[in-house]
Amino acid sequence: MAVTISEKAAKHVSNYLAKRGKGVGIRLGVRTSGCSGMAYKLEFVDEVDDSDLVFESYGVKVLVDPKSLPYLEGTELDFVREGLNEGFKFNNPNVKDQCGCGESFNV
Amino acid sequence: MALLQIAEPGESTAPHQHRLAVGIDLGTTNSLVATVRNGIAVCLQDASGRSMLPSVVRYRADGQVDVGAVAQAAQAKDPRNTIVSVKRFMGRGLKDVAHVETMPYDFLVQDGMVRLRTVQGVKSPVEVSAEILKLLRQRAEESLGGALTGAVITVPAYFDDAQRQATKDAATLAGLNVLRLLNEPTAAAIAYGLDNGSEGIYAIYDLGGGTFDISILKLSRGVFEVLATSGDVALGGDDFDHRLFCWMLDKALIAPPSAEDARRLAMRAREAKESLTVNEEASVVADLASGERVSLVISRDEFVTMTQPLVQKTLGPVRKCLRDAGLGPEDVKGVVMVGGATRMPHVQRAVADFFGQEPLTNLDPDKVVALGAAIQANVLAGNRTADDDWLLLDVIPLSLGLETMGGLVEKVISRNSTIPIARAQDFTTFKDGQTAMAIHVVQGERELVSDCRSLARFELRGIPPMVAGAARIRVSFQVDADGLLSVAARELGSGIEASVVVKPSYGLTDEEVATMLREGYEHAGEDMQARALREQQVEARRALEATQQALTKDGGLLSAIEREAIDQAMAMLANLVETASPAEIKGGIETLGRATDEFAARRMDQSIRAALAGRKVDEIKV
Repeated sequence: MAVTISEKAAKHVSNYLAKRGKGVGIRLGVRTSGCSGMAYKLEFVDEVDDSDLVFESYGVKVLVDPKSLPYLEGTELDFVREGLNEGFKFNNPNVKDQCGCGESFNV
Repeated sequence: MALLQIAEPGESTAPHQHRLAVGIDLGTTNSLVATVRNGIAVCLQDASGRSMLPSVVRYRADGQVDVGAVAQAAQAKDPRNTIVSVKRFMGRGLKDVAHVETMPYDFLVQDGMVRLRTVQGVKSPVEVSAEILKLLRQRAEESLGGALTGAVITVPAYFDDAQRQATKDAATLAGLNVLRLLNEPTAAAIAYGLDNGSEGIYAIYDLGGGTFDISILKLSRGVFEVLATSGDVALGGDDFDHRLFCWMLDKALIAPPSAEDARRLAMRAREAKESLTVNEEASVVADLASGERVSLVISRDEFVTMTQPLVQKTLGPVRKCLRDAGLGPEDVKGVVMVGGATRMPHVQRAVADFFGQEPLTNLDPDKVVALGAAIQANVLAGNRTADDDWLLLDVIPLSLGLETMGGLVEKVISRNSTIPIARAQDFTTFKDGQTAMAIHVVQGERELVSDCRSLARFELRGIPPMVAGAARIRVSFQVDADGLLSVAARELGSGIEASVVVKPSYGLTDEEVATMLREGYEHAGEDMQARALREQQVEARRALEATQQALTKDGGLLSAIEREAIDQAMAMLANLVETASPAEIKGGIETLGRATDEFAARRMDQSIRAALAGRKVDEIKV
């Protein structure tokens, strides 16, 4: 199992990294906060930690710390457009329920 | 579900904690809204993919309000209810607005302010602007998926307090929380400074639709400092359109056109101007209401010739701004071009020639201001951590001061001071037993109150009666981060206090703002003379008053001959006050002083005797 990123999301990430002018990839993680228990973390990565697990899809490095991996196993990061709004979405098979806004979830 | 954005390392916000903040460039011709997404400032687009919202509002007979391209499309058929370039009316009186005669609106004036009579009733420029802001707010909330925490709205550096307040009022009316008003050139510097990270002195040349601003900024280690600003509140791309419009009327031999035709021709003029930026030649075709067809061809050379004076007109403020900053063109490391009008090749060439270098044009000149505002909004909303905190210094465009005796201006905060700022100065009473003091707050560079702009008046009452000069009244000026002024006066002995927050003070003429600085320089010598004269006049009146009081009280100490000498000296001085030069008045004051020397000495003796009478030597403290 692994953590993956869709082609569309990868294109956007590459674009942002190029504009930002630095960074080796993006980090996906979870934190124990939020209204439904866990919350996603999505950040640029400037320095890779030794313990990080590195996945790569469509030329984009996706880093996950070992503690977050169990919650994210099998997740695909997608980029979607909803009306005028656009952004990244976690398609996470581990999620049992999530809060209405989807910013936090339970496994 | 909420869509996520990528955060900077270690800066992921807790769920529901990310604050949605936008930057808004409320422009004369076009308005934009931008935000920082995935660490990058971007302009938000509408459903058709357009970032620029034409700053046009149409009030329809059916009660609907159209904003943007829809309203713009109706310009020709409904000119009276379709408001364009409303920014020019913000916080202004009717006589301040240039080219009123060519505008198809039904103007009226309320409290000295411009109002527009539309099919939906009388509208203020603030209400019209609020319609534009409302639409941008809607676009932002749909794009970001939530309610906005706040917005940074940009204004020209030259906007005075009335215009800034009007802009804030419009934002409030549109339901926006204003994090801050930001000067447009400063916003452009933020967009460029942070994106490119290069240090040094920069000139921001901003030729927008209706205003021209030039600012000299210093960028070092991420700190922006505005060294000087200058500009022209009535010069912009619209004036280029207007020249072309006049040329069209002239060439096509059209009698003064109807409002509808004028609007149509003005639109064609703008299109031709835009076309000439990339093409050597443009054709203008317009069908008039009469069925007559106007068909003209204009070459870029012709256009350049007819508009070159406008381009040259921008260079005056540029020179002055450099002088204010104590710099020459050679000190400027880079020139940033802002505003759609800077796309015109001959504008770029004139700027390049002046500074001896090619101007920077790598960011879209229409978007830089909004992008910079978005970056600042992001910081102010608290979406950035402290380690890359940076300071933004803004300046006061015109000096702020008080009226003192003789109609002179005492500057309390001088122009180009960085804001926010607070300054206090102590004043005193002029007459014995004076219990009130009128505080008159003025703005401008000139020495006489009559040549400056009046901002506010208030009175400090209840000063305990004291002899002239004994009261200490501290007047403090405070300018907040938005450039709005509050003034407070406090008598230090009794603690009584009065204050005023400067409310929009309309009815200002355009010439006043645009030429205040120039006049300040041109009339420097004359002003010095005027100040010297007023100072001597005030001094002479004070001396006359003091002598008169002394005579009333202790006139008996004088012989008839002595009394006559003093009366003569007083009459001579009273005569000189009205007509003579400062030196002559000074001479008169000295003559009166000599004539009363002996009298003063006798009064002194008498009061000492009175003080000592009936007291023992050891009771008197020396």
